[in-house]
Amino acid sequence: MALVRHFEMQILPDGFARWFAQRGWQPRDHQLELLAKAEAGKSALLIAPTGAGKTLAGFLPSLIELSARGATPRKLQAAGRPVTRSQGLHTLYISPLKALAVDIARNLETPVREMGLPIRLETRTGDTPASKRQRQRRDPPDILLTTPEQVALLLASADAPFLFGTLRRVVLDELHSLVTSKRGDLLSLGLARLFALAPQLTSVGLSATVAEPGDLRRYLVPQPLDGTAMADLVVAEGGAKPDVSMLDTKSLLPWAGHSARHALTEIYDLLKRHTTTLIFVNTRSQAEFLFQELWGLNDDNLAIALHHGSLDVAQRRRVEDAMAAGQLRAVVCTSSLDLGVDWGDVDLVINVGAPKGSSRLMQRIGRANHRLDEPSKAVLVPANRFEVLECQAALGAVADNAQDTPPARTGAHDVLAQHILGRACGAPFLSDELYAEVRAAAPYAGLVSSDFDAAVDFVATGGYALRAYERFAKIRQGADGRWRITHPRVAQRYRLNVGTIVEADMLKVRLVRSRRAGQHVLRGGRVLGEVEEYFIEMLTQGDTFVFAGEILKYEAIVENEVYVSRSTATDPKVPAYEGGKFPLSTYLAARVRAILADSRTWRALPEQVREWLEIQEWRSLLPPAGDLLVETFPRAAKHYLVCYPFEGRLAHQTLGMLLTRRLERAGLKPLGFVANEYSLAVWGVGDLQLRIGNGTLSLAKLFDEDMLGDDLEEWLAESALMKHTFRTCAIIAGLIERRFPGEEKTRRQLTISTDLVYDVLRKHQPDHLLMRAARADAVTGLLDIRRLSEMLSRIKGRIIHKALDHVSPLAVPALLEIGRETVYGEASDELLREAADDLVKEAMQ
Amino acid sequence: MTPSAGSTQARDSGTPDVVTIAGVSLVGDPGGAIYWPQERLLAVADLHFEKGSSYARRGIFLPPYDTAATLARLTRLIVRYAPRAVIALGDSFHDGGGPDRLADADRTQLRALQAGRDWIWITGNHDPEPAKNIGGEFGGALAIGALTFRHIPHGSAGEIAGHLHPVARVSHRGRAVSRRCFASDAMRMVMPAFGAYTGGLNVRDAAFADVFGTLDFVAHMLGDGRLYAFAARHCRPD
Repeated sequence: MALVRHFEMQILPDGFARWFAQRGWQPRDHQLELLAKAEAGKSALLIAPTGAGKTLAGFLPSLIELSARGATPRKLQAAGRPVTRSQGLHTLYISPLKALAVDIARNLETPVREMGLPIRLETRTGDTPASKRQRQRRDPPDILLTTPEQVALLLASADAPFLFGTLRRVVLDELHSLVTSKRGDLLSLGLARLFALAPQLTSVGLSATVAEPGDLRRYLVPQPLDGTAMADLVVAEGGAKPDVSMLDTKSLLPWAGHSARHALTEIYDLLKRHTTTLIFVNTRSQAEFLFQELWGLNDDNLAIALHHGSLDVAQRRRVEDAMAAGQLRAVVCTSSLDLGVDWGDVDLVINVGAPKGSSRLMQRIGRANHRLDEPSKAVLVPANRFEVLECQAALGAVADNAQDTPPARTGAHDVLAQHILGRACGAPFLSDELYAEVRAAAPYAGLVSSDFDAAVDFVATGGYALRAYERFAKIRQGADGRWRITHPRVAQRYRLNVGTIVEADMLKVRLVRSRRAGQHVLRGGRVLGEVEEYFIEMLTQGDTFVFAGEILKYEAIVENEVYVSRSTATDPKVPAYEGGKFPLSTYLAARVRAILADSRTWRALPEQVREWLEIQEWRSLLPPAGDLLVETFPRAAKHYLVCYPFEGRLAHQTLGMLLTRRLERAGLKPLGFVANEYSLAVWGVGDLQLRIGNGTLSLAKLFDEDMLGDDLEEWLAESALMKHTFRTCAIIAGLIERRFPGEEKTRRQLTISTDLVYDVLRKHQPDHLLMRAARADAVTGLLDIRRLSEMLSRIKGRIIHKALDHVSPLAVPALLEIGRETVYGEASDELLREAADDLVKEAMQ
Repeated sequence: MTPSAGSTQARDSGTPDVVTIAGVSLVGDPGGAIYWPQERLLAVADLHFEKGSSYARRGIFLPPYDTAATLARLTRLIVRYAPRAVIALGDSFHDGGGPDRLADADRTQLRALQAGRDWIWITGNHDPEPAKNIGGEFGGALAIGALTFRHIPHGSAGEIAGHLHPVARVSHRGRAVSRRCFASDAMRMVMPAFGAYTGGLNVRDAAFADVFGTLDFVAHMLGDGRLYAFAARHCRPD
């Protein structure tokens, strides 16, 4: 420590040292360390828990440098001579959240004002007025706080070399969250461009604790063509160990479901005993349900609020402001509050339902108590018996401080295509130069030149083997070998479609008065938020659902708005939309399997759960940690197969699809399947047990990895999930354009359906860039093929079959979900047949 | 409930779906065409050939295989029914320049389909002018016996039209399915769009009520190998 204090004397200028002292603060070690890195001209990754003064650490070097460089002339002097100008943009701060950028700017203004620093800092988001955005390009501030999309837009303008040529530092906030998505891919390409434009640039990444800091360190600096480069690492001292426990419920633990209804009064008691509580849930419908139910018990009239991504932005801001002002006792929220504005006085975090992952849980817990020396307090509330096991596994993971953040991404090709067009909009480029620049971005370091060329070809004319569109090219190679856009319109359209966030088609929810007899006109009231179009399409006038904490009645769709009225119904049709569903992490899954395999660890479990496992052991068995248990049993004239891979719902759904195909071929007439996070149940007409017993069906063959060959291909051909993935890629890559709010319904009907495009492309050019991009997404995303593949290889030769005469305790949760869970968009012909049958029955009565 | 849902349900699989218009029995093919056995006539609507290249002019590079894909489906139907005449019910090309942009291979395929049979291009709003280089004969409407074939539906008796691209949506057990469909009552029919990139208009849209006068019509949804008939009033609006 003495060494660090010595640093402090040397590198913290008087004004800053005084300011720290006036506030009674000591500069933290990691703040000074980061300062030293900056002095040495090095890029660095700072890993620090919330509340460790991460943001100030990120900005301190910039504030010091800028205060040294002093006040600068702001005006441009153009006339006749080469332009001389202010020293220009010095620091670029990039946050995943618009609100966070705005909030950080507000927080930074305090030290700037109090120390009287000659520093101009500004934000730039989608909400910034056009005039200000124009001005920022001509006369940039010293520090600009913005989002990845705005950076892409700025880089795609001819002003980019002027604007970023002076840049000294880029600060990437919440880096752990940015790098896991296509937004991170886009930002990595932007970062590579920034390093090319500003050779003296260094980067600072601010992150929560992650499993592989090396991935983030590579992300922060340009990668050489051979080998890798890494930013330096600074790790802040951890705070006190968090105080985490599982709710010891007095009620009966449910077998299935995610509502945690059994624990409501216990949750409410916790709220009463704490000042401010954050209650995290996994889906928006859970948030709505819990909020509704807690108010039902709220005899003390505690100020309980609701926060999730579908609510109107203004409403979310009101909740955040009330929270910051200490006016709320509790907020029920989804991952919409995983990141963002820091609140000092949260003294309890409750996580309702499955924790899903260790790192995710620890980040949520970190939202409580920002004083580092005091432990954050958190209570886990499992909603069913399997979730008890998951919570127990998570408690162990938190105690071990084990991280399970996802591995580094391989850069997506649809994002690359978007970036290439953006580069052409900025300035003409040489293919070889851009290829080298792109490979400096860590996610694209391994990009082969044929893939790069395919992306350029895609941008130019669609990338089709049939060279039909040469004369309509968007970018074209000139005599100088440089690719440039063929028309200014191309750049205009690029700007409208920039970004990688593709939302489901959303409709605004507007509160109106209920329709009275004979009254046709519905007067619009306030907007409550947005809801997925597909959800509303399932409703008919008069249906009720819970949204924004109220029970609402669906009245009509008017253009792109849903009109709803307040309902007095007590039993709503709860929304089926499930934003923010994350699969169980591989790491936690392994811990759960280990708990199951070792009965000595069961002592820590609640009595009811222990008993459940003991009966399972007696009636069937609990498999060793690496093995797969497969149970078969007859029930109500059907035959069931239940297996327990613990690989998350997405991988299980894919497995279910493929198993039913195989069983169909084996003549076993499967009728359906249901998947949850832990297990998969398949049922049918044929007697599986008999066929396994007489050796005509082999489980080893049924679960063989070769299902990921032809069976997978056949299924993908018709999979609605694959089409969904394709649509996202097509929009990001710029094949089709985004829909914009305010566009008329009729106009939307004219837009091309990507499902039709997918069908045609799959038949005629299945190796097209977009097909490969969609496929790559499916492997890790909605279909989770990677995880399924790892599981199938793990259980080779390790399948334990139990032939039972009736359902086992472990199988009950899955069976209870039959009929409640459906697989998105599959078997639609079957549905038509059933619907037709139903109508016939209705007609015959 | 209309009787057609029951009759569709009752028939054996493998037998064609028969839709009767103005006393004429037509085979509704789940591929999206109708076949009139007495006249050995096959009709398709809204082929929208070269829609892909039409979009490409505006910088939207849809895969340029839509014409080939549409022709391939049409070829299968022609092989199956071996019709004496084929009627394309208008909007056969997405725009007036479409016939000129036709790829050589697609033009050759089209010629092969036309060989040995009558081929009638009904003009549509996308292709109001006869084109020179695509064979066949042109007309604004064609009356054969009790039926009249035209592009834009007027709702008159015996009319077989296209233009509206009917799509029906039904929901069952909380899930919805949307498909192209034939919309018909006893006297008239609006055919589904046949083209690979053609979108659809929900049969509950006011445009259909204008044609049929009421909601007393049936949506014959295109399924795998058969049609599924639903009374329009049982279909979901958008």
